Amino acid sequence: MALLQLNKFTCTRDDEPLFVPIDVSIKAGEVIQVAGPNGAGKTTMLRALCGLFDSFDGEILWRDQPVSRSRFAFLSQLLYLGHQPGIKKSLTARENLQWFARIKGETHTVNVEAALAEVGLDGYADIPCHQMSAGQHRRVGLARLYFDASPFWILDEPFTAIDKAGVARLEERVKQHAYEGGTVILTTHQALSLESYRAIELEKYRGALQ
Amino acid sequence: MTASETEQVSVLTAIGACFKRELVVAFRHKGELANPLIFFLMVVVFLPLGISSEKAVLASLAPGMIWVIALLATLLSLDGLFRSDYDDGSLEQMLLSPQPLAWLVLAKIAAHWLVTGIPLTLLTPLMGVMLFLPAEGYLPMMLSLLIGTASLSLIGSIGAALTVGLRKGGLILSLVVMPLYVPVLIFGASAVNEAVGGFAIGGQIAVLAAMALSALVLAPFAVAGALRISVNS
Repeated sequence: MALLQLNKFTCTRDDEPLFVPIDVSIKAGEVIQVAGPNGAGKTTMLRALCGLFDSFDGEILWRDQPVSRSRFAFLSQLLYLGHQPGIKKSLTARENLQWFARIKGETHTVNVEAALAEVGLDGYADIPCHQMSAGQHRRVGLARLYFDASPFWILDEPFTAIDKAGVARLEERVKQHAYEGGTVILTTHQALSLESYRAIELEKYRGALQ
Repeated sequence: MTASETEQVSVLTAIGACFKRELVVAFRHKGELANPLIFFLMVVVFLPLGISSEKAVLASLAPGMIWVIALLATLLSLDGLFRSDYDDGSLEQMLLSPQPLAWLVLAKIAAHWLVTGIPLTLLTPLMGVMLFLPAEGYLPMMLSLLIGTASLSLIGSIGAALTVGLRKGGLILSLVVMPLYVPVLIFGASAVNEAVGGFAIGGQIAVLAAMALSALVLAPFAVAGALRISVNS
């Protein structure tokens, strides 16, 4: 059974399709890279998959059900990391990360130190985020990948502002997640150094017509 | 624990987290927290200078004046209610929480009321002294503001949610919210006026409470819907 199935799916802006409609079937344990030039609709597509953006054509099925009908089940298994990671600058890394777990309804206390150590922010748990650099700020958001138990990840440009070593570690985490049966959909402009991943190329609609 | 109990705990956890985060953020930005209060204080200080320092004139103006200023002070604080969450991506995360958005939003509004409406209410006795509010007006003023500011926060949050996606939403926010504030202002100010005149104010307070309760029931859903529309771009 496909975890996520897209049938003739394309996002639209002002009733104009952004890219050529695609049919994709995503199974558990897969890593999918959404690729395409700037403005091809990568972010829009990811937002549509989460349900943040609703002008699209075609169908999105989650475990063979329309997403709109299994919204609670879908959201309980989803981790979405957008362009803006949702980090409040006036709060500490610990307060921010704990909030992410809490609004999902998790009652346990997050092991913030361990998650931050994984992204190279050892000892930053109680530092307000406005004292951090742009890269460190992103890393706090990425620390969610180390404690959130959701199996389905949607990551929008997770490697932005991250140094080489950080990217390698992040790829390692993605690989491990897929190995454990999790699913990852991500956008990035660089090639991934994973052995097995699938790329969805978004072709600009206008380009395809010519 | 049964499944429904676990679910209940999850919802409460999420509500509590939003409420606490809102308060912590508010107290870390003390300047913004004090902004409506300083505005409130400033207008009251300038009023006698601009109009008249005569006791009788000020006393007759005081009930309506304090209510209008409180209303404008609340309006001043509304624009920021969802703005920072929208800009830093927290709002998307709230929308993608499996917990009901209306509850999370209600937690935010409650925190907003706690840091604007309540301090405004507590500050009114001082304003009353400065404007020679007659003694019998103090308690009705505080009571009507306590209930009324809750309505103002709830109704205002709908406008804030509708305009959060616009780059310059401030003006539209005022235009959307102002007509909805009119009934609250009328009943609030009239409660104080009647009390000063020596009449019973049970009716006005009851209407204010009814407005606050209906806003409490309806506003969170309206805000949740408006936020979904604002983020959908």
